[in-house]
Amino acid sequence: MVEHSWPDVKDRRLIGQRVSRLDGPAKVTGRAKYTYDLQPSGMLWAKVLRCPHAHARIKRLDVSAARAMPGVKAVRIIQGQGTEIQWALDDVVAIAATSENRAEDALRAIVVEYEVLPHQVKDDILEGAANVTPGEEETVGDPEAAMAASAVRVQGRYGMPVVSHNCMEAHGQICQWTGPDSLTAWCSTQAVSGVATQLAEGLDIPATNVRVVTEYMGGGFGSKFSADRWGIDCAQLSKQAGGVPVKLMLERRAELTVAGDRPSAFAEVEVGAQPDGTLTAWSSKSWGTGGLGNSGNPPMPYVFQIPNRRHRHSSVATHRASSRAWRAPNHPQGCYLTMSALEDLAAKLGMNPLDLFLQNLSMAGPLEKVYREELEVADQLMGWRQRWHPRGDPARGPIKRGLGLSLHTWGGRGHRSNCEVTLHPDGLAEAKISSQDIGTGTRTVIAIVLADTLGLPLDAVKVSLGDSRYPASGGSGGSTTVGGVTSATRRAAQNVLAMIFAKAAPRLQAKPEELEAAEGVIRVKGDAARSLTWRQAVALFGRTPLTATGANPGDGELTGSGVGGVQMADVSVDVETGVVKVNKMVAVQDCGLIVNLKTAESQVYGALIMGISSALSEEKVIDPVTGIMLNVDFESYRMAGIGDVGELVVHMMTGPGYDERGVIGLGEPPMVSPCAAIGNAVANAVGVRVPFLPLTPRRVLDALAARAEKKETA
Amino acid sequence: MSRDGKRHDAPAGGISRRDFLRGGAVAGALGSAGLLAGELVEGAKGQPAPRMEAGVEIFGPGPVPMRLRINGKSYDLNLEPRTTLLDALRDHLELTGAKKVCDRGTCGACTVILDGDPVYACSLLAIDVQRQPIDTLEGLGRPEKLHPLQAAFVENDAQQCGFCTPGFVMAAKALLDHTPNPSLGDIHHGLSGNFCRCGTYAGMRRAVLAAAPLMAGAIEEEPEEGEGLEGTDAIDPTDGGVDNKKSRKNKKKRKGKGRHG
Repeated sequence: MVEHSWPDVKDRRLIGQRVSRLDGPAKVTGRAKYTYDLQPSGMLWAKVLRCPHAHARIKRLDVSAARAMPGVKAVRIIQGQGTEIQWALDDVVAIAATSENRAEDALRAIVVEYEVLPHQVKDDILEGAANVTPGEEETVGDPEAAMAASAVRVQGRYGMPVVSHNCMEAHGQICQWTGPDSLTAWCSTQAVSGVATQLAEGLDIPATNVRVVTEYMGGGFGSKFSADRWGIDCAQLSKQAGGVPVKLMLERRAELTVAGDRPSAFAEVEVGAQPDGTLTAWSSKSWGTGGLGNSGNPPMPYVFQIPNRRHRHSSVATHRASSRAWRAPNHPQGCYLTMSALEDLAAKLGMNPLDLFLQNLSMAGPLEKVYREELEVADQLMGWRQRWHPRGDPARGPIKRGLGLSLHTWGGRGHRSNCEVTLHPDGLAEAKISSQDIGTGTRTVIAIVLADTLGLPLDAVKVSLGDSRYPASGGSGGSTTVGGVTSATRRAAQNVLAMIFAKAAPRLQAKPEELEAAEGVIRVKGDAARSLTWRQAVALFGRTPLTATGANPGDGELTGSGVGGVQMADVSVDVETGVVKVNKMVAVQDCGLIVNLKTAESQVYGALIMGISSALSEEKVIDPVTGIMLNVDFESYRMAGIGDVGELVVHMMTGPGYDERGVIGLGEPPMVSPCAAIGNAVANAVGVRVPFLPLTPRRVLDALAARAEKKETA
Repeated sequence: MSRDGKRHDAPAGGISRRDFLRGGAVAGALGSAGLLAGELVEGAKGQPAPRMEAGVEIFGPGPVPMRLRINGKSYDLNLEPRTTLLDALRDHLELTGAKKVCDRGTCGACTVILDGDPVYACSLLAIDVQRQPIDTLEGLGRPEKLHPLQAAFVENDAQQCGFCTPGFVMAAKALLDHTPNPSLGDIHHGLSGNFCRCGTYAGMRRAVLAAAPLMAGAIEEEPEEGEGLEGTDAIDPTDGGVDNKKSRKNKKKRKGKGRHG
């Protein structure tokens, strides 16, 4: 039996190095074809008529004129007369036509009348809100007694709104019936294997007859795990149109409105401590909306397991599209609501929050040591101890500067994944895996592991992914992909190498365990003269390619779980205009054994930027009167641009204490802290908490005005 | 007719500028487009003349012939007048480097270079840009022979999902063509008309700074022999009277308002 493990540090050639992503040249030249770019022969365009009301019943629907429009090949009523629509821009009718413009023309010919029903879209106030589902109360210790006994207490109310994934490549797919019960679908998805299953179920055809292909994918962030109803409808349109391919991509306002919501979270928090900053008691009542369904449950108190604590989260049902997973589900919310309260406590104690965190790190569980080391690195990179000042920048003039701190955790153990490695007689080694590269560099980490294991250069290996016909692999969510695919690939590659060693050993007059694969040859360890070239070794098996498989989970500790990260923010706030500017962010992050340092750092940079964006400007603005989302474009759904993100410093923890924990995922954890760190930095700068995100000029000025009013009345 | 698709602010919500453009097949309804239509007839020999209504020439709504000059080659197309340059590139020429994301002139994913300046291809009608050379990402380099700017994007990991990347590369190309030694501020300004959702701005800053000194020696892909639209090089830009250099300078100033705050 092959013992599966990661190579020793001295034997790693590519693992842990900085490798440019292998599909970089294809993407940067426009040769990479995404779902949105594909145009199989005879393809039709589908467009969707959407309900303009947040809650309505369809009184009348007549598609006859649309059917007769030029170029129209298929019309599908998704929600017919009498149906109750539960959120704005939900699908009503889909039309496939010979061009995008013609499909749009045909939508205008549809006659539809609605009976508008009362809607509920507000989520920021719990009292008196309709449709509240209280969650279970979580209680540890005796929070009431501990709170009463606490020397210092602070109370606060904080919140963050619903934000959108707003993927650059909209949700959508091209579907083609290739036989009476066979479908090929090119999908913009982060779950190739899972979507194939969902399409088969939704269309009631054998799973063996569905093929899903995703070679390149333009962003998901947790919103693209589902085949979605529009995926099923796209397939039905193709069937109606006689099996020609049909492309259905969401237009931007639909992408923003219905294809991705991160649940909002608001909370009333009370936290108690001893005069030295030791946390003693916690109480939180939180709520948020996830549309009609559940809004998740932000973990609170976050990271610090305060000995006496009580938490309850309630879901407010609203007429909005159901929420979708968003990088690190529930954690950014739990983190922001907790870290804001802890920073407010530190301010009341007149304590440096870094000291408050250090004082209580024993409550962080097994990651205590990781956080301690990371806080030290972050302190140095930010110059925290030299630069920190108590709450309220004493500097003259309108520009106030401040520092903020946060820390976070995530699991990230590798998901279920299978890999088949094939050694072709021409010497090429190929890894097949139905996983998807959603921009995280999945292709490249698979290639690194395969090449490193077989002792080959990167250009001698090929990675084939993004096709449900390859061995099944989990969806790219929860930071589970890198652990899953690299473990499966390592096992498959070690298995195939064992076959090579067994066959080559007699030729080299050695035992299989005395052989190694390095520098493109199979050789006897310590005796490089006794070797076979890679091609000679593969040729021992004749003209039939040699294959072996590997799976995760499996033997050997190749993937782990539980990472810690620390982030610090340095902001300037103009107290006359309310504009917040991020000067610098420092992220110190652990993720076990790093496979590709270059793309790992990119994940952290990306999370910082996405975090800055949601901290400063992102919010789905829903009109309470009409129930529809108002900011359905890039002008008004504002994301950070290149000039908005300040200096970014990323430090990955590597080496002893980190590497031996195996490969752990990274997409989620650095996404957790930015809002909390920035919010705390703003409070540190201006001297007052700006409690609700995003930290727009209006909210900053309101918080400053409220403080001024309080001072006046006092 | 404006050459600078990036300048136009669309109303928040409601009808987009592009819907408006596409909805109206009346070429003369917009600024100086009537003049351009006149030139068109000359260029498109043997085609039915546009009909006249209220003193303006009207094309469509059916397909009309047009000729685009892209990456040094000319392409004859038969498109509805409402077809945007972006749709012409993507749906009719399979040049899918430019991406459709916001489709209303904000995100920059469809950026191409029109007569030396970066523009949003989603906010221009193909029929309106027949006289100007169009450079798309496909003309810059190939995977096996990358342009130095593209190589710098790869080396500095200035892309993740890659969907916004083509637009950023073209915006950066235009920036470096006009500003060969950019400061960080110049880079922020020059790329402020584009969005990335994965968050690759840190890599982009490094990539553009690294590419700048290499760009002088860069050779773009050469057009194939025997192609190229004849007789159009001499035609003045439509905003007439302003020489190219000056117009570029003005444009640069107008483009890319900071969006912070």
